[in-house]
Amino acid sequence: MMLRSWLLLAPLLAVMTFIIGWPLAKTVGVSFTDAKLIGGDVNWVGADNFARVLGSGMFWSVVWTTIRFVLISVTAEFAIGLGAALLLDQKFIGRNLLRALLILPWALPTVVNATMWRLIYNPDFGAFNALLTQTGMIDSYRSWLGEPGSALLAVCLADVWKNFSLVTLIALAALQSVPRELHSAAVIDGAGPWSRFRAVVLPYLIGPLTVAIVLRTIEAFKVFDIIWVMTRGGPANSTKTVSMLVYEQAFSFQKAGIGASVALVMVLVSSLLIAGYVGLLRRQGEFR
Amino acid sequence: MERRSLPFSIFIYVSAVILGVFVLAPLVWLLIMSISDTNDLTTLPLRWLPQTLDLHRYAQIVSLAENGVGIAFLIALKNSLAVATIASLGGLAVAIPAAWSVSRAHGRLNFSLYVVVATYMLPPVALVVPMYFALSAMGALNSVFSLAIVYLSILAPFTTWLLKSNFDHVPAEIEQAAMIDGARLDQILRRITLPLARPALTTAGLFAFLLAWDEFFYALLFTAKDSKTLPVFIADLAGGRVADYGLIATAGVMASLPPVLIGFFLQKSLVSGLTAGGVKG
Amino acid sequence: MFTTYRSRLMQAIVGGAVLVGAQSLGFGALADTTLNALFMAQAAYSEDNVRAMTADFEAANPGVKINLEFVPYEGLHDKTTLAQGAGGGYDVVLFDVIWPAEFAENKVLLDVTDKVTQEMKDGVLPGAWTTVEYQNKRYGLPWILDTKYLFYNTEILEKAGIKTPPKTWAELLDQAKIVKEKKLAEYPIVWSWAQAEAAICDYTTLVAAYGGSFLDADGKPAFQNGGGVDALKYMADSLEAGLSNPNSKEYLEEDVRRVFSSGEAAFALNWTYMYNMANGDPKESKIVGKVGVVPAPGVEGKSEASAVNGSMGLGITSTSKHPDEAWNYIAFMTSKAEQEKFAKLSLPIWADSYSSPAVTGGQEALVAAAKTSLGLMFPRPTTPTYQQMSTQLQQAIHAALLKQASPEDALKTAADSAGGGL
Repeated sequence: MMLRSWLLLAPLLAVMTFIIGWPLAKTVGVSFTDAKLIGGDVNWVGADNFARVLGSGMFWSVVWTTIRFVLISVTAEFAIGLGAALLLDQKFIGRNLLRALLILPWALPTVVNATMWRLIYNPDFGAFNALLTQTGMIDSYRSWLGEPGSALLAVCLADVWKNFSLVTLIALAALQSVPRELHSAAVIDGAGPWSRFRAVVLPYLIGPLTVAIVLRTIEAFKVFDIIWVMTRGGPANSTKTVSMLVYEQAFSFQKAGIGASVALVMVLVSSLLIAGYVGLLRRQGEFR
Repeated sequence: MERRSLPFSIFIYVSAVILGVFVLAPLVWLLIMSISDTNDLTTLPLRWLPQTLDLHRYAQIVSLAENGVGIAFLIALKNSLAVATIASLGGLAVAIPAAWSVSRAHGRLNFSLYVVVATYMLPPVALVVPMYFALSAMGALNSVFSLAIVYLSILAPFTTWLLKSNFDHVPAEIEQAAMIDGARLDQILRRITLPLARPALTTAGLFAFLLAWDEFFYALLFTAKDSKTLPVFIADLAGGRVADYGLIATAGVMASLPPVLIGFFLQKSLVSGLTAGGVKG
Repeated sequence: MFTTYRSRLMQAIVGGAVLVGAQSLGFGALADTTLNALFMAQAAYSEDNVRAMTADFEAANPGVKINLEFVPYEGLHDKTTLAQGAGGGYDVVLFDVIWPAEFAENKVLLDVTDKVTQEMKDGVLPGAWTTVEYQNKRYGLPWILDTKYLFYNTEILEKAGIKTPPKTWAELLDQAKIVKEKKLAEYPIVWSWAQAEAAICDYTTLVAAYGGSFLDADGKPAFQNGGGVDALKYMADSLEAGLSNPNSKEYLEEDVRRVFSSGEAAFALNWTYMYNMANGDPKESKIVGKVGVVPAPGVEGKSEASAVNGSMGLGITSTSKHPDEAWNYIAFMTSKAEQEKFAKLSLPIWADSYSSPAVTGGQEALVAAAKTSLGLMFPRPTTPTYQQMSTQLQQAIHAALLKQASPEDALKTAADSAGGGL
């Protein structure tokens, strides 16, 4: 019985060993060398790369940018996503149409989404400037992706637009699994809307929402494509994330060793996230 | 049923309209850009509706002129289809036995699922340098097939995780009954478990397909020329100084059609598949 | 039975011999050879130009087929090096003047010093050769001979009462002020200052004008003193005064062209290609016939005019399996005949093309400016770690333009980290 289980698991284990485990181990090895991407001798340099990475202001500012991106995007996705789910849980004309539309941003490829928003933010001919000036909200056109104050927020908005609907769809499914009788019973008991939400609805929501929130957090932590297309990390590095830094070091500068060590520090941080996630899931009973 | 007060009803409708506009406006603008001529798009103040309908970019993007943008687009489309199909079928092939095994082990194989979840969360940048070295040494860069294999590192753990929760819902009693009747394991899987879990299989396969369709980072690094996928093609088109905004928009619309159609027609099963996978149902 | 066997054997032997013979005689070259070539999708020759030139080559060389790929300039360097690791990479690549050092060190490009003919040595402008040289070896043929010129909108200048375009950078600001005061343009000057190589090209032009240098005699950073600082100060001041378009901070060359061609700017710094696109193509421009071009200005007491070497060359990758065909292709693409045929968006590398009516016709102003500018082309530093140094400088420029640091401090930080960085 046990043998059969392992046999069935073998293909997956092979994938995980050869295309995940091996490269990860190799990355650890490369991170202790001065390997270049192409050619050149490879020398053992001990923990030099890590010392340089951890000691550089650039690294920490990039980490901070990444964390801000995660916090802003995920929070907004949750606020908007949950709000939209509560709205769609109400009965109104056009509800099914609206719910069907929500799948569109989510299904749009990330690169297309990034491209679309870059065109929308265009400082000269973009729709965003046109809309805001024509409605009188700003006086003159602005360079949304060209100012460090607004670039990260602008990228976040693009990310939120695409990803909030996933939260909505998950939350909506959970909301609709709340038995009607519970609602009615609470109304009869004279509970107000807020206490009804807390006592009746929230217990059904919290599990799925936890899963969604942590999934989104980790995805946001890895962010690369949307930033690559929209700003390439500029202006003045204000949108440069850890993944962008690894790309720059390993592939543009050919410094594979440094790139690997930045990536590994990132893995350490994200494994903290993973640990937290597994802990939460366990409490939710996912692995019982 | 509780009756809603009038102000609350108004609030609901106003919110619904705002949400609808928020979701649709960028997409509508993308469509408009793709059918406007360049002068309409670069006139100030901006014209929201084009003066003339200009469909030439749609012809351009599928034209077969040698070394033209149409060919490049169609090759990228073909590559994306191939990569996503191979990778998602491969993902399923790996995930089905694994997920079934974990599901039927009733907790004795918990550990492997932790590993699965953990690997799904590994950032690609932690794997990409050795992958590049290895593919380069094997002469396997710039190949659709290599890229699909690399995608297995994302898709196999993910689909296993999705399928496992769904297999949990297939009653083990039916399988046991068949086993007592002398059915072999592959027969049980083919005749009983998989048909019962078909919606979940479809969902997992489509999810994997969408993930592979969307992937950019590995594709950017491991493909060139004839093996480029659509995201890389579009980033190349838009990331440079190509000033034909309309053409970029057109490519975006075209590249979005397959995933949007999949999402649209299968949204019910996508949502239920995801919630069943993400939440212990 | 026996005869059929023997005749088959004979057929096989004869067939094989013919095949071997044909190959040893060089008929193998007649079989289709496909070359993969990597180009960029903007500035200088347009994609259509490259396609047309390539079609000319294919027509003249039956049996050789060229697969063209166009990527944005931003992707050109990384694509080239990444493909190097791949067996089936590119045969021919377009490379920027700043890369031969790195590409030579990492053996990305084939050394073609010995293939260069006497005719090429004599006929090609000396400045063009610097594009492909590193340590006295040549890693390709120069193809795009380019520098940044100052473009101006003749209509706006006329309305502003300005008779002659600026000769110094200070004069440019004075004229821009007049244009702004007369409300002829909100932001008279437009530049490509996105956090990218484009910003370095504009900066280099100014460094040249102010008599600065990137590296000292020992190869240590020198841009944090003298002309290097003056150049960045000039950029920051022009933004501060509202004379430069603030969106310049996110512009690349094509954005500059869009803004200038729509008539929104009086002055623009850009490459050769903008002249004919803005001045001659009504589909692309609203200011056809109103475009003036002069060499980028100088600084009183220091320089008469200024220019950056923004040239690019065509090289053969060291992994190419068809280096001979690839050489034929790049020799064709850079030939005088072909360059003179397509001399609208990029000017030829050949000295005597500049007196040929085929080249000067209809673009006398551009060719006149080129005669001055091409002689002044100021190089960006030649170092195998150029990419890093450039990235540090781009960050410094942005920090100063966004007023996160003074130009002095920003450049000092860049100089301190230029070697090591991260």
